[in-house]
Amino acid sequence: MLEKSITELHDLLKTGKITSEELVRESLKKSHEIEEKYNAFVTICDDAKDTKVTDSLVSGIPFGVKDNYSTKDVLSTGSSNTLKNYIPFYTATVVQKLFDAGAIMTNKTALDEFGMGGTGTTCHTGPVLNPWDPTRMCAGSSAGSACAVASGVYPFALGSDTGDSIRKPAAFCGIVGYKPTYGMLSRYGLFPFASSLDHCGVLTRSVEDAAIVCDIMKGIDKHDMTSWDSSKMHLKDALTGNIKGKKLFYIKEICDINNYPNADETLKEHLKNFEETLKLLKEEGATIEEVSIDQRLLNAIASVYVVISCAEATSNMSNLTGIIFGPRSDKQNVFEMMKDHRTLGFSPLIKRRFVIGSYVLQKENQERYFKNAARVRRLIVDQMKELFKTYDCLILPVSSGPAKKFDEDKDVIDASTNVLEEHLQIGNFGGFPSITIPNGLINGLPVGINMTGNCYDDENILNIAYTLESKMSYKGQIAKEAIK
Amino acid sequence: MKKQIATIGLEMHCEFKSNSKVFSAAKNAYSEIPNSNIAPLDMAFPGTLPVVNKKCVKDALKVSIALNCTQPEYMVFDRKNYYYPDLPKGYQITQMAYPIGINGKIYIEVNGKLIPAYIHDVHLEEDSASLDHFFDTSNIDYNRCGVPLFELVTEPCFHSAEEATAFIEHMIRVYRYLGVSDADTKRGQIRCDVNVSIADEDSKELGTKVETKNVNSLGGVAGVINYEIARQTKLKEEGRYDEVEQETRRWDEETGTTIRMRSKVDAIDYKYFVEPNIPKYKMSDEWKKKVASTIPRLHLERKIDYINNHGLSNYDAEILVKEKAISDYFEECLALQMDAKAAANWIITQILGYINKNNTNINDLYLTPKRLKDLIDELDKKTISSKQAKEIFEKVIEEKKEVSDFISKENAQISDKDELTKMIEEILANNQSQIAEYKNGRTNIFDYFVGQVMKQTRGKANPVLTKEILTEKLK
Repeated sequence: MLEKSITELHDLLKTGKITSEELVRESLKKSHEIEEKYNAFVTICDDAKDTKVTDSLVSGIPFGVKDNYSTKDVLSTGSSNTLKNYIPFYTATVVQKLFDAGAIMTNKTALDEFGMGGTGTTCHTGPVLNPWDPTRMCAGSSAGSACAVASGVYPFALGSDTGDSIRKPAAFCGIVGYKPTYGMLSRYGLFPFASSLDHCGVLTRSVEDAAIVCDIMKGIDKHDMTSWDSSKMHLKDALTGNIKGKKLFYIKEICDINNYPNADETLKEHLKNFEETLKLLKEEGATIEEVSIDQRLLNAIASVYVVISCAEATSNMSNLTGIIFGPRSDKQNVFEMMKDHRTLGFSPLIKRRFVIGSYVLQKENQERYFKNAARVRRLIVDQMKELFKTYDCLILPVSSGPAKKFDEDKDVIDASTNVLEEHLQIGNFGGFPSITIPNGLINGLPVGINMTGNCYDDENILNIAYTLESKMSYKGQIAKEAIK
Repeated sequence: MKKQIATIGLEMHCEFKSNSKVFSAAKNAYSEIPNSNIAPLDMAFPGTLPVVNKKCVKDALKVSIALNCTQPEYMVFDRKNYYYPDLPKGYQITQMAYPIGINGKIYIEVNGKLIPAYIHDVHLEEDSASLDHFFDTSNIDYNRCGVPLFELVTEPCFHSAEEATAFIEHMIRVYRYLGVSDADTKRGQIRCDVNVSIADEDSKELGTKVETKNVNSLGGVAGVINYEIARQTKLKEEGRYDEVEQETRRWDEETGTTIRMRSKVDAIDYKYFVEPNIPKYKMSDEWKKKVASTIPRLHLERKIDYINNHGLSNYDAEILVKEKAISDYFEECLALQMDAKAAANWIITQILGYINKNNTNINDLYLTPKRLKDLIDELDKKTISSKQAKEIFEKVIEEKKEVSDFISKENAQISDKDELTKMIEEILANNQSQIAEYKNGRTNIFDYFVGQVMKQTRGKANPVLTKEILTEKLK
C-alpha cells in the first residue's frame, strides 16, 4: 500500500478501502525490515498511533523525519553521539504542521552526523545502505530518509539540505528531492549545520507529493526570522503540466562530455541520458540553451562551500558541551567536561571540519578565507540571478552517475568531475528552490536530474519538474532490492 | 619625574528593560527563583533560533541618537564565539562590524563645568547567565541569559575618577530619561570595564592600558581609577614602568585594590562573524526620525534651561532634574504659565516631601500641576493663608477633591482691609490697658493683639494684613 502516492492513499482512506491504522502498522513493519536490511533509522516509533482521516491529503498517512529535527518526547540525535540520549521537549515547526494535518511519524531516519557529510556513512548508528544495491551508499546526508522513501516505507520523509543533502541522496535512490526557497519552510527545530545554507525539504516519489507536503509545511513562523509569508503560493495547484515558452539553460562547462577527457562509460552514459531528457522538455514547448560560465567561478564552488559551512558549523555546534543536554562527562572541571564530551562525541570527519571552520574564522585568516568565500558566494549568486532574468530554470545532471560503491577509492574519482559533483551547492548559496527527479537507470541504478530556479519561483520550478516527470517512467518507482 | 596625566576609557554595560528578552520570548525580569524566566533558546537547545525584540532595537537606536552617534544603514548582529559555562550557545549575539551607533559626543557636567565625552560606539547584545560559585560546585542561573544588554564604549577621554564617575552618573540619568532602563547599580544593571593608563603630561602618546573588568558600582569605578593611577605612577617613579602590562585585572572591593587576572597576550580570538539567523534590517530615515521624535529633553539641557531662563538656583534645578517625572511635572507647571520659582518651591518642599513620606510617586499624585496652579492662585489672591494652603494641599490629595472645594465663603481668608480695620478698632477699644503697656515698651504684646484678631475670626484673618493694620493703629 505504502508504495502509492499521497493522493492515491488519501482516496483509499477517504473511501474506507484502507484505514490509517493499517497504514501505520504496515509502515512500522516495513521500517523494521528496512532497518534490518539497510540500517536506515535511529528510532522506529513503535507506539505510533493512527489518526482521523480528514480533508487534509496527508491525514492518516505515515511519514519519516530525519533525526536532526527536534521531535517532542522522541529521541532526536542528529545521528551524533553527542546527543545520543537527547529527548527534546519541543517539536520543530514543519513537523508540527504535519502532525496538525494528521500525518503520522513512524520513524526517525539516520543521517551523516548533523548533516555534515555526503555519504550516509558517518551516522552514529553506522552507514545506511542503498536499497538499489546494498554495496553502494545512498549519498547524504539525508540517507535514511532517501532509503526509506525509495523502499516504500511511506510516501514521504523530511530531509534537510545544506549542500545537496536532499537532492543527491534522492538521485542515488531514484526518488524526488525538493528544497524550497530559503525561508519558505521554517528552520525552527532543525539542528543547525550552517544556518545561512541550511534548508528544510522533503523526499518523495513524485513531484506532486513534494508539492503537497511543502504546501502543508510552508509558512511564516514567528520562531524563525528568515521565514517569509508564502500564503499566496500554492505549489500543488501550480502543477499544470504546461511549460510552453519556458526557457531553461544548462552550463556548458558542466555538461559537455569534452570537458572530461578521462570520462568512463558511466559518465558518458549519464551525460548522454541528460541530453536525451532535455529533448523531452523541448517536446513540451520549452526552449533549452547552453550557457557558458567562467570556469574559475565554478571551480570555486566547492571551496566556498567548505569555508562557509565549516565556519558556521563550528559556531552552531558550540552548544554541544554535554552540560545542559547530551551525555554529561564525569570530569571535575567544566572546561574538561566540555572537552571530554566533544572529544568522545564527534566523529573524526566533523572534528576535521571544526578545525577548518575555526581556522578560516581566525582573525588573521578571516579576510583571506571566510570573507573571500562570502564574496565569491555573492559573485556566484549574482551571476545566477542575472541568468534567471532570462531563464526560468537551470537544469543539470546530478553527480557523475549513479550511487558510489562503499569501497570505491575516493582518489580514483577524476578531479575534473568535482564541479559535476558539487554544483548543487549553488542552490544553497542563493537559497534557490531546487528539485531533483529521477531521469534514468544506468546499469540498473537510478540517476537524477536537477532543476533550480530563482528565489520565490517555486511554483514554476515544480511545474517544470512535474511536466518532465510525466514524460518519463520513473515516477513512484521503488528500489528493486527493497521489493525482494 | 614629569607630572603624570591619567587617561581613562570606559566600557559601560546597561541592562535594558523590556517585557521579553532580546532574542527569546522568556520574561526579562529579575527573579529569586533560578531558571524560572527561560525559553529553549536561552539554554541553547538544538534547533532554537533567535528572534529580535524590536523594542530593544528601538531603545538602542534611541540612545544612539541621544548620544549624537552616527547610525548604520542596516541593523546587523554578529556572533562572538567563545566557550564559557555562562554562555550556553557557545557564542554571544552582539554587534561588531556595524554597531547601532558610532562616533558620538555629549557634554557632561563635572564640578559645575561642562566637558565633552566622546563615544567610540554603542551596541546591543545579550547578557550571559549568572554563576554562583560554592566550595566545590558552581550553579548556573539562566534567568539573566539573553537579557538585553546595551554596551557603550567611550574613547579614552577622561582624566580622573571624578570625570569618569560623572560620566556614568550622567549616562544613568540618560537611560532613565529615555525610559530604556532602570539603570539600578544595586541590581547589577550597570557594569563597567575600566581602562586606565598614565603618561607624561606633555606626552603625545598614551601609556600602557590596563583593563579592570566588571566593576559594578560608582565607588568601585572611582576606586579602580585611583588605585590604578597610584599603582602605575609608583611603578614609574621606581623606574619599573615596564612592569605595567597590557592586562586584565579585577576589582577587589574588600582590599580596595585591583588584582591581575590575565595578560592581554592570551586574549581570546572571538572569531566574529555575521549572525546568519537574523536578516539584516534596514533602518529607514523615516523610522529613525520617528524614534528621534520620542526622545525627550535630557536632564542637563533642562537644568541649564531652568537656571538660565527661569531663574532657578543650581541647587533647585539639580533637584528638579534628578528624576524625569519630577522635571516633567515642573515643566507642566511652566506650561501653565505658573511662576517658576513658586512652582519649584512647592515641588521641592511640599510635593517631594509628601512623596517621600508616603512612598508614592509624582505621576500618581492627585494634585496635578493644574491643581497646584489653582492652589497657588488662591494664595496669590490672598484668599487663603500659606498655612491654609498647606492644609488644602494635603486635603486635595487625601480626599481627591478640587482646590475650590476647600475655598468656601466660610473658611475664606479675610483680606478685606476695611472689614479688618473695623474689627481691629473694636478690639483695641476693648484693650486699653494692653495698649498702654505696649506703648511703654512691651512690644512683645503685639502678638497678643494678633491673637485677639485671629480668635475673633477663627484664624481666617489675613495675617500679613492684620499685622499691617495693627502696626498702623498702634503707632
